[in-house]
Amino acid sequence: MKSFRGQALSWTLNNGVVELALHREPCNEIGSLTLDELEQFAANLDSFSDRAHALIIYSEMKPGFCAGADLRELFSRSQELEPSEAVDGVRAYLERIHRVMNTIDASPLTTIAATHGVTFGGGFELALVCDLIIADRMTRFCFPELRLGLIPGFGGIPRLKRDLGNAVVRDLLLTGRSFNTAKLQQVGLVSQVVGEGESLRVARSTAAQLGKFDRRTAVAAKKFIKPIPYEELGREIDIFCELFVQPAVEAALKKFAESEDAQPYLP
Amino acid sequence: MTASDQTLEQILNLAAAHFKVPREKLTPDDDFFKTLGIDSLQALDLLTRLEHHFRIELPDYELQGVSDFRTLADRIQARL
Repeated sequence: MKSFRGQALSWTLNNGVVELALHREPCNEIGSLTLDELEQFAANLDSFSDRAHALIIYSEMKPGFCAGADLRELFSRSQELEPSEAVDGVRAYLERIHRVMNTIDASPLTTIAATHGVTFGGGFELALVCDLIIADRMTRFCFPELRLGLIPGFGGIPRLKRDLGNAVVRDLLLTGRSFNTAKLQQVGLVSQVVGEGESLRVARSTAAQLGKFDRRTAVAAKKFIKPIPYEELGREIDIFCELFVQPAVEAALKKFAESEDAQPYLP
Repeated sequence: MTASDQTLEQILNLAAAHFKVPREKLTPDDDFFKTLGIDSLQALDLLTRLEHHFRIELPDYELQGVSDFRTLADRIQARL
């Protein structure tokens, strides 16, 4: 499918570049609707490989790239189930999102996350599956999961460990503070920091450059330097599910879900 | 003018310019959420602008409970 317009996301293929646009109000929270459409995208990704060389993921929503998992939906669904069923449901949801993330991570296309604003939790994890992060200077990256008594569940820790020194990973994870682009470029995670509103334009310019290279070589290079940490990704799901049953998590999710703040994930 | 006063002045100027509020309407002890009419997302935007302007890192937990310009300036000054 060369193009698709869904409720949470859309994609187009033009001149060898696939653009995946996220556009779910308010800030691309990843719930069942987004996951369904991400799965459709992942199922089509292979079919692009003979016609495309690059993928750009970006957000059309003003607050940011993506605020992460839809915690309000997660809470309401878990309340409808017995605790053991709720954990099974969470595991199934995580396994589905991991399959999507792993598919994008392993794609033969060169992948670029063009970020701005809030890039938190699962949104940060979506950026981390990409080969390059091109960040608007107002992007903020954060793993706030420990505030809820959880760890990131969409593959964030294993992918951060793949790309960064362990001390930076601990800082992000254990303090839950948000990092600006200067900090994440300094530690080597962000490829380019660009002016406000410029990340998509620069991502397109970068994608055009990537198209000049021999695809077979580019694919071989990516495969060589970007291993996917499958074992650790599996462990992450196990740990997340162990933590999910804690009463403190339910209380924190309840507080989050019932907050009247439009952005309860903010510090 | 002390270094702290200079920091405070720069914050007031930056906030007034970015949020399009007349500079003379801002005073050091104002609650910036109310005076600037901003929400938590815009406060995060202000934090990012201040970090870039002063070339510092200011962890968001340092700003918990901070809502006036003077205390904000003190937090920033401590990192300069």
